[in-house]
Amino acid sequence: MALKIEKRMEPSRTANILVPIISILLALVAGAVLLFLAGVDPMATYAAMLDGALGSSYAISETLVRATPLMLTGLAVSIAFRMLFWNIGAEGQLAMGAFGATGVAILLPNIVPDAPGWLFFILMMTAAFAAGALWGLIPAALKAFLKVNEIITTLMLNYIAILWIQYLYFGPWKDPQGFGFPGTAPFPEAAWLPRIKDVINLPAAFNTGRVHFGLAIAIVAAIFIWVVLDRTRWGYEIKVIGENPRAARYAGISIVRNILLVMILSGGLAGLAGYSQVAAISHRLQQGIVVGDGYTAIIVAWLARLNPFGVLVVAVLMAALFVGGDQIQISMGLPASVSLVLQGAMLFFVLGGGFFTQYRLRWTSSQPVVSSQ
Amino acid sequence: MNVALLVSILAVSIQAGTSLVYATVGEIFTERSGILNLGVEGIMIMGAVTSFAAAYHTGSVWVGLAAAMLAGGLLATIHAVLTVSLRADQVVSGLALTIFGTGLASFLGQRLGPEGKPLVGLVGPRFPRFADAFFQSTIAKIPGVGGPLTQIFNQDILVYAMFIMVPLASYWIYRTRPGLHLRAVGESPGTADALGIGVSRTRYLYTIFGGMLVALGGAHLSLAYTPGWTENITGGRGWIAIALVIFATWNPYRALIGALLFGGVNAIQFRLQAAGASIPAPFLNMLPYLFTIVVLTIVTVYENVNKRVVAPAALGLPYIRGERTG
Repeated sequence: MALKIEKRMEPSRTANILVPIISILLALVAGAVLLFLAGVDPMATYAAMLDGALGSSYAISETLVRATPLMLTGLAVSIAFRMLFWNIGAEGQLAMGAFGATGVAILLPNIVPDAPGWLFFILMMTAAFAAGALWGLIPAALKAFLKVNEIITTLMLNYIAILWIQYLYFGPWKDPQGFGFPGTAPFPEAAWLPRIKDVINLPAAFNTGRVHFGLAIAIVAAIFIWVVLDRTRWGYEIKVIGENPRAARYAGISIVRNILLVMILSGGLAGLAGYSQVAAISHRLQQGIVVGDGYTAIIVAWLARLNPFGVLVVAVLMAALFVGGDQIQISMGLPASVSLVLQGAMLFFVLGGGFFTQYRLRWTSSQPVVSSQ
Repeated sequence: MNVALLVSILAVSIQAGTSLVYATVGEIFTERSGILNLGVEGIMIMGAVTSFAAAYHTGSVWVGLAAAMLAGGLLATIHAVLTVSLRADQVVSGLALTIFGTGLASFLGQRLGPEGKPLVGLVGPRFPRFADAFFQSTIAKIPGVGGPLTQIFNQDILVYAMFIMVPLASYWIYRTRPGLHLRAVGESPGTADALGIGVSRTRYLYTIFGGMLVALGGAHLSLAYTPGWTENITGGRGWIAIALVIFATWNPYRALIGALLFGGVNAIQFRLQAAGASIPAPFLNMLPYLFTIVVLTIVTVYENVNKRVVAPAALGLPYIRGERTG
């Protein structure tokens, strides 16, 4: 008897659905073992996390608030990963988006006194998208024209972008009335991205809390990406490049052009995440805007199998882990980084589980003809 | 430029570059076998936290080193299982390792202190600067060159070990039979397999060994270069190491040169900050990252122009007997 690995003729449907679910469960089990080793009661921890993330309408609204930037960065990363452009730079592109939006919020009142909300909205969105896109275009151009490894360049640009915005809010853009607090002056109210409940009259049963229109931007972006990928020639080109770059070249698809265009979209979407964080949450550029969402986006995109609607769902799941993690920090004094550990573990299991959608294991009676040693 | 300044820059370059050398050579071993491990940053930071915690509680830096190598080996094993046995995407698996390692290191850093308290701010044992007393009584007394020589040679033992490790690594890769097997597996796993070299076994071995070296780099940070534990102690050094592998064209000696060059950029940046340069600190802090991008671009263009392919041919591709890859 020997265990033989066989490639499936086509990926198993059942495995496609079961593997992510089993992976997440196994990751929770692995996390429980780690927590147990660290001398903590795993079940109590998970219960507290679940309660903190989804236990009340307030908790759910906070989870959605946390999910919004993850949706946008997740979409940004997934569209780039679709064509195997490894954009690890959503973190820096988000920072640059926050910078672009803040620039408009600070400068526009000097040019147009009492500028209306819609003008702020359009200009801040545009500036954030453009700043993120430009930051994404640097590694894209280096890759497209000079074949420079984009994993390294996107990553290095993260550090540079974060130092750049730190320079601004510690230096020239620092609030003079801020009592030394590192951050810009608060934005005028017209520049705020409003909360849902401030615009739409919902029945009292819907407690939407701090949920803001960034969520709507994310949903529109997901629909847009789905349309591009499934309904346009451009999306078809992206998918061909991702699945077989050589075939794409023979088919006359311009890889240079697609790298540049996709990274404009990818960087721009991550930039919008930066916009929504400064315009809807902090109402200023300050410490705590750039908190690793560009990296979590990689997990979001991969767990969602790069599907735009999947990204929305997985972003909520990851946000629940973060909000739950904050909760156990408050209630149990446990480090919030538990959520990062769990997210990493989930990705491990999903990656390992991918094997079982592509291959099957079968016991065979005969010995293999050639031994492996 | 005066001699004293040059000497002090060289001395700091060596200190700042040591962790990079260990990490880069570790990744060279792994990539030579055809496995791309982007988890270097995560393994390095886990090496830093586990070595500091172990050294703090036992009082021995050597136990710290052992702990780092154990942690590095275990994390690299996860990557090996996923990419070699389960044929997962090497890029994503490595990224997962970095996210997992960074999260776990942060978690442990807040739990591994005395009575489950954080490690931040604790002072633990550290590697002493080597032969301090010996140098003071002999070489330092040589007129003229004594002072500068002492400054350059007054390093911890991991720095000295690095200068032995690099020639050994190079000898192993280019001059021994196992080294030849390693290169064969990375260049053409099908051929290696046909010759009876265990492809999976080799890849497991060098992924794990590479992870251990990377973790040693992390240990040098928390036990010698910047003793103690801080949340972001690696600050992207793991990623710079991955860039250095490309810069070094998978050659340990060139990794040493590259890492010292990067150490030099760090040293100059600190010098300028200490001297109160008019350039704001964040811009000086950007230098190593900017430098990485520029150097990587130059090296890539240079190799494209000369039509040299230096990366192991099977890097990043899973090997499945009887199946075509790439």
